[in-house]
Amino acid sequence: MSAVLFFLAAIGALAGAVGVVTIRNPFYSVLALVCHLIALAALFLLLRAEFVAAGQVVVYAGAVMVLYVFVVAYVGGSDEPLHRPGGALKVLAPLFGLALAIELCIAMLGTVLKGVSTDGAAYTQGFGTPAHIGTLFLTTYLFPFEVASLLLLVAAVGAVMLARRRRGLEPEEEVTPRFVPRAAFTGTMAEAAGFRAGAGTTTEPEKQTEPVGAQTSPPAGVGSTADRPEGGW
Amino acid sequence: MAIGWYLTVSALIFCIGAVGVILRPNPLVILLCLELMLNAGNLALVAFSRMWGHEDGQIFALIVMVVAACEVTVGLGLIVAIYRRRLPINVDDLNELHG
Repeated sequence: MSAVLFFLAAIGALAGAVGVVTIRNPFYSVLALVCHLIALAALFLLLRAEFVAAGQVVVYAGAVMVLYVFVVAYVGGSDEPLHRPGGALKVLAPLFGLALAIELCIAMLGTVLKGVSTDGAAYTQGFGTPAHIGTLFLTTYLFPFEVASLLLLVAAVGAVMLARRRRGLEPEEEVTPRFVPRAAFTGTMAEAAGFRAGAGTTTEPEKQTEPVGAQTSPPAGVGSTADRPEGGW
Repeated sequence: MAIGWYLTVSALIFCIGAVGVILRPNPLVILLCLELMLNAGNLALVAFSRMWGHEDGQIFALIVMVVAACEVTVGLGLIVAIYRRRLPINVDDLNELHG
């Protein structure tokens, strides 16, 4: 039974890997990678690594792949040539892969590790469960655990810094205040009711300049960032 | 199943990923192929962990997954930045640091 499951999962993983490399559309490449990751999680389960399998499905096939799908949708995945137009790499890359595979197979066949041809060590109760992994992380491997959390923080901040939209001013752009202060006691209810002296003859030029200021100030504040192309740094 | 079978699958996935990194011009697909290679390493680590009966290899695999997640975040941030600057998303055209 475990042999059947192993071959099913191995064929799924290998087919997913081949799909990632050979499918022209990046969107379908990402979907092929999701299939590959789920098949790999099945292999992890066969190796009795329950927590790693769960993490693989939740973190990888869930979160990381959603990030990929978003970026492919943003950048616009379209069909593209499978290899570079030069042509030399088209021949050399599979040859390199074949050489690497042959070398790894030689290393595996020539190994002196006796355990490689066995089914592994005797299964002990609770091997690979979250309780055991968590105990190891908080005792023996506490330092790598903390360093990993710091690395995640640095990566998150770095990604935000890299991908954010730059809102700084262009060199030729002038700093204009959003609000132009109006003259004293204009535009108030007291002026409208005629209680103030300023409401007499001086209101007419004030009321003409007021809309002009209202028309010019919004483009200085809002419109300039909208007019600028999206890629302005 | 013997541990050697898992190691064989891991080696094959690693080679497929390496071919993809060399062959494909799109940085997004190159990142996907890097994921393939990291996962092949993970599979080998978990297989060896099963072989020795220790969970240390699984700890190592989890740390590799964390590092892969960081690499993906920064790589995708770079791709979005490239796209915002209207540069071509092609590693052959992005060669200004070259030489």
